[in-house]
Amino acid sequence: MSVPFYVPPEQLTKEKAEFARKGIARGRPLIVLEYDGGILFVAENPSTHLHKVAELYDRIAFCAVGRFSEFENLRQAGVRLADIRGYAYGREDVTSRSIANAYSQTLGQIFVQEFKPYEVELCVAEVGTDGAPNAMYHVVFDGNVFDRKGWLAMGGQSDELNTGLQRGYDEDMELDAALQLAVRVLREAPAGEAGNSRLEVAVLERDRPRRSFRRLTQEDVESRAGEPAS
Amino acid sequence: MRNPFEGPKLFSPSFVDALRAYAPELLELKTAGGTVPEVPHGTTVAALRFADGVAMGGDRRATEGMNIAQRDIEKVFPADDFSAVAIAGAAGPAIEMVRLFQTELEHYEKIEGFPLSLEGKANKLGQMVRGNLPLAMQGLVVVPLFCGYDTRRQAGRIFRYDVTGGRWEDADFHATGSGGRDARGSLKKRWRPDIDGDTAVEVLVEALYDAADEDAATGGPDLVRGIFPVVATVTAQGYRRVPDDELRKAAERLVAARAQEAS
Repeated sequence: MSVPFYVPPEQLTKEKAEFARKGIARGRPLIVLEYDGGILFVAENPSTHLHKVAELYDRIAFCAVGRFSEFENLRQAGVRLADIRGYAYGREDVTSRSIANAYSQTLGQIFVQEFKPYEVELCVAEVGTDGAPNAMYHVVFDGNVFDRKGWLAMGGQSDELNTGLQRGYDEDMELDAALQLAVRVLREAPAGEAGNSRLEVAVLERDRPRRSFRRLTQEDVESRAGEPAS
Repeated sequence: MRNPFEGPKLFSPSFVDALRAYAPELLELKTAGGTVPEVPHGTTVAALRFADGVAMGGDRRATEGMNIAQRDIEKVFPADDFSAVAIAGAAGPAIEMVRLFQTELEHYEKIEGFPLSLEGKANKLGQMVRGNLPLAMQGLVVVPLFCGYDTRRQAGRIFRYDVTGGRWEDADFHATGSGGRDARGSLKKRWRPDIDGDTAVEVLVEALYDAADEDAATGGPDLVRGIFPVVATVTAQGYRRVPDDELRKAAERLVAARAQEAS
């Protein structure tokens, strides 16, 4: 049996993190934004069928950036977890917190144990009802979870995007204003991958009964954003 | 329950498959010997096609042997946005089957990103009925009626089942349960291919009334307590439950007409 070379854990972790960060930064960006009637998701996505934003459960959505094969795998597992929970107990017993926790555990384990970490960053968002606040759990490649408030940008140029969002964000924004802010910030970002790509837009609407997730059509996006979205 | 993030890899969009892989205890069907004690049974449900889609209805009575177990049970449910399912038979396993079916359709839609075809939904329900066969052999028979709006063909369609999961499509109308035969007789007289939605609701209410007239296990409209059949329509606009005040009016008109005929 061959003995592997000793690599100090600090170095290993650092190199894995760098690798994952680079992979994620190469991808196109995604923005999550709270508005007065729910939560808005705007992703640069040239594909009309391979989604980056998707429904997990009645009030909960999933969105991710990075490698499609990896986050698609995570998305499907999340749907299964949510549906099995909801079937075994009750629909209101499915919470974004427990799903975010499962993602955190999984990504953390993969980061430590696998040769190659996942190059993904994701957000589990839940729209609050009856006066309860929204929840936005930002889970990164090493399993770390951050509780976000108001806005979040992930993927390529996320630092610049977050700064832009911070500057333009207002708590009581309506959907149109939020969408316009997201589009403006994406367009203003120094062109790298973030160019004039097609936008995938979806919302979690607070006042929509039961399944609150809805995709916005391309025409709807264009008329609300006040400019061609592609 | 196993962790879907670690458990066996699954390449199926089916919720039943997910349960089998990660939480098989929720699917387990243990049958014991002996006879099953009396349990509530749901009775008559009916569906018919009309110009814009389909209408489906069920009476509100559940019986336990010779007793009325419940006066306001619901037997018609939305399966998803464009289909409805109604159940006749042992109420416990039937309602559980509906819950599993609803989750199955939603699960497929979320995993795949688009809904199953109406044909696919009908077949899936047939597999579930077949899965219930061991319980059916012990007397806990569940026979659903399924209908929906086929967005590809742009027409309403009705499917009926037998205990083995056999599935047949009905071109115009069908009714099942203890009063199904009487309801079918009534539907046969009044159904026309091009009736509109309001007439379809009236025809359904009358068919359920006629079933209640002949079958002790089927409940008629209860004007005293304000309990009316559950009726829903499915069209290109989706599933819509007909509000109680519309049904009250239809029931009152019907009762008045019958009273006039009798006098």
